[in-house]
Amino acid sequence: MIEPVPSVDSSVAASDPMGGVSAPPRLHPPIMRLQDVTVSFDGRKAVRNVTMNIPRHQVTALIGPSGSGKTTLLRALNRMHDQVRAAKVSGNVFLGDTDIYGGSVQPTLLRSQVGMVFQRPNPFPTMSIYENAVAGLKFNGVRKKSLLNEAAESALIAAALWDSVRDRLKAHASTLSGGEQQRLCIARALAVEPEVLLMDEPTSSLDPIATRRIEELVGELKDRVTIVIVTHNMQQAMRVSDNCAFLLMGSDKAGELIEVAPTKELFDSPADARTLDYVNGRFG
Amino acid sequence: MAAVLAPGSLVDPLIARREEIRRIADASLGRRRLYGRIAITVCGIFLLIALIPLIAVIAYTVQRGIQAWSVAFFTQLPTPAGIPGGGISNAIIGSLIIDGIAIAGALPFGLLGGLFLAESEGRIASTIRFTTDVLSGVPSIVLGIFAYIVLVRTLGHFSAIAASFALGVLMLPVIMRASETAIRSVPDSLTEAGLSLGARKVTVSMRVVLPAALPGLITGVLLALARGIGETAPLLFTAIGSEYYSTSPLKPIAAMPLVVYQDGIQAYSDLQARAWGTALFLVLLVLILSVGSRLMASWIGRVRR
Repeated sequence: MIEPVPSVDSSVAASDPMGGVSAPPRLHPPIMRLQDVTVSFDGRKAVRNVTMNIPRHQVTALIGPSGSGKTTLLRALNRMHDQVRAAKVSGNVFLGDTDIYGGSVQPTLLRSQVGMVFQRPNPFPTMSIYENAVAGLKFNGVRKKSLLNEAAESALIAAALWDSVRDRLKAHASTLSGGEQQRLCIARALAVEPEVLLMDEPTSSLDPIATRRIEELVGELKDRVTIVIVTHNMQQAMRVSDNCAFLLMGSDKAGELIEVAPTKELFDSPADARTLDYVNGRFG
Repeated sequence: MAAVLAPGSLVDPLIARREEIRRIADASLGRRRLYGRIAITVCGIFLLIALIPLIAVIAYTVQRGIQAWSVAFFTQLPTPAGIPGGGISNAIIGSLIIDGIAIAGALPFGLLGGLFLAESEGRIASTIRFTTDVLSGVPSIVLGIFAYIVLVRTLGHFSAIAASFALGVLMLPVIMRASETAIRSVPDSLTEAGLSLGARKVTVSMRVVLPAALPGLITGVLLALARGIGETAPLLFTAIGSEYYSTSPLKPIAAMPLVVYQDGIQAYSDLQARAWGTALFLVLLVLILSVGSRLMASWIGRVRR
């Protein structure tokens, strides 16, 4: 079993001045730590030697041109590469104090703590809206009706979908628009109450209005869940993220982490010249 | 646990729920794992049971067939029962001729028909598609009778060409649908790229789409050949079989499936052995065609890249 992720030491939180306008934002110790993470397919490295932290209750964006290994890195965080025989992950990924690639970790339990939203909305086509929302809970053995209902409602509210679907929870998920379907997928992931939510270009198949709603949602969800979002869109990264990691394809075609910094810093005064070139649109 | 949160935050019950869900997920893990193991075991058992007849057929054919094999078996003409030696060289040649003519005849129609089906929508195309599906479901013996009426009766004697005709009609729907699928799997964007350069649709089909679909086309043709080579019923009314060496398409001809059928039901053990040996050779040929079609498709795919 995976140890519960320890929360912030209460003495630190207590020293946090309450309600002051100039109060610093609450502290963000890392909830996930990546140490020297390398992912390879059939021996060919797709992304290599990434070391970085994912701060708790913040939005971390992974940006970079295509082929820089953003999605590959993201999928290493909840062991989705286990599904691909040719894929191999080395290095360490910690969730709290647990090395998720450690021998005693059950990928099933891990994924209920590190959820995922994909590029294209993929609600289960044979299930209703409600059934989709509680699917993860049922997969995890939850049978108690009250808990299912409560979690489904809470997740649908959080995904800004409740008001439009509360009267048609039994309708098929396919009756929803693309943007609504993607929010249903977010609700489906949230209902399991993960600690971390991984989002793989969640707006890439949506129109600008639906995209904007998802982006707003990402900001609102921070209190509930830590978010790691892959995006190829720098404006989106600027709008939604607190921290930004810039990846780039190296000379050996493997993606590498160029730098990771608070988003404003990364865009305004990047430490690396390649980051500056990228954010200024000189390549990629 | 709640220390992270601002006081009065609405997230508090959420943490309680998160813990309850974790607890249930943890507690039910053993049950879920057991359920998974049982499901996989059941799948495995059913798979094994399904494989038993398949493996038994092949094992028995190999065991009986290999005893009949010798150099003479592949190079000599058949001998009558009781006389040692002899082989099926005439049947091998006969099958080659019959299937060669059949595939040569079916190929252009199947390929171009498949191209037409892939490139056109509408009533005519869907009628043809439906007819093709019906044709592929027609029992092969019916095609044999059809060829008998059309060619054997009009020519006045059994012939290899009549057998080729029956097998060609049998192969046609296979090639047609396989070609259609292969051509359809070529992305529309390639067609559009060609059209956007000012090419005519026919030109795009021939220069861009067909080459891109080539691996699928080859697979389809080889599978059609594999299907046709073992067919027996259409040959009964057409090729009829022969004890002699013949390469004339207009004369009765020996064929491997006919050897299996005609020698297999004889009372003489040496004839039965010849039938088993032929059956094994047929199985081997079909295997080579199936594996070969895959290898060739993947080889073409690799060379292109």
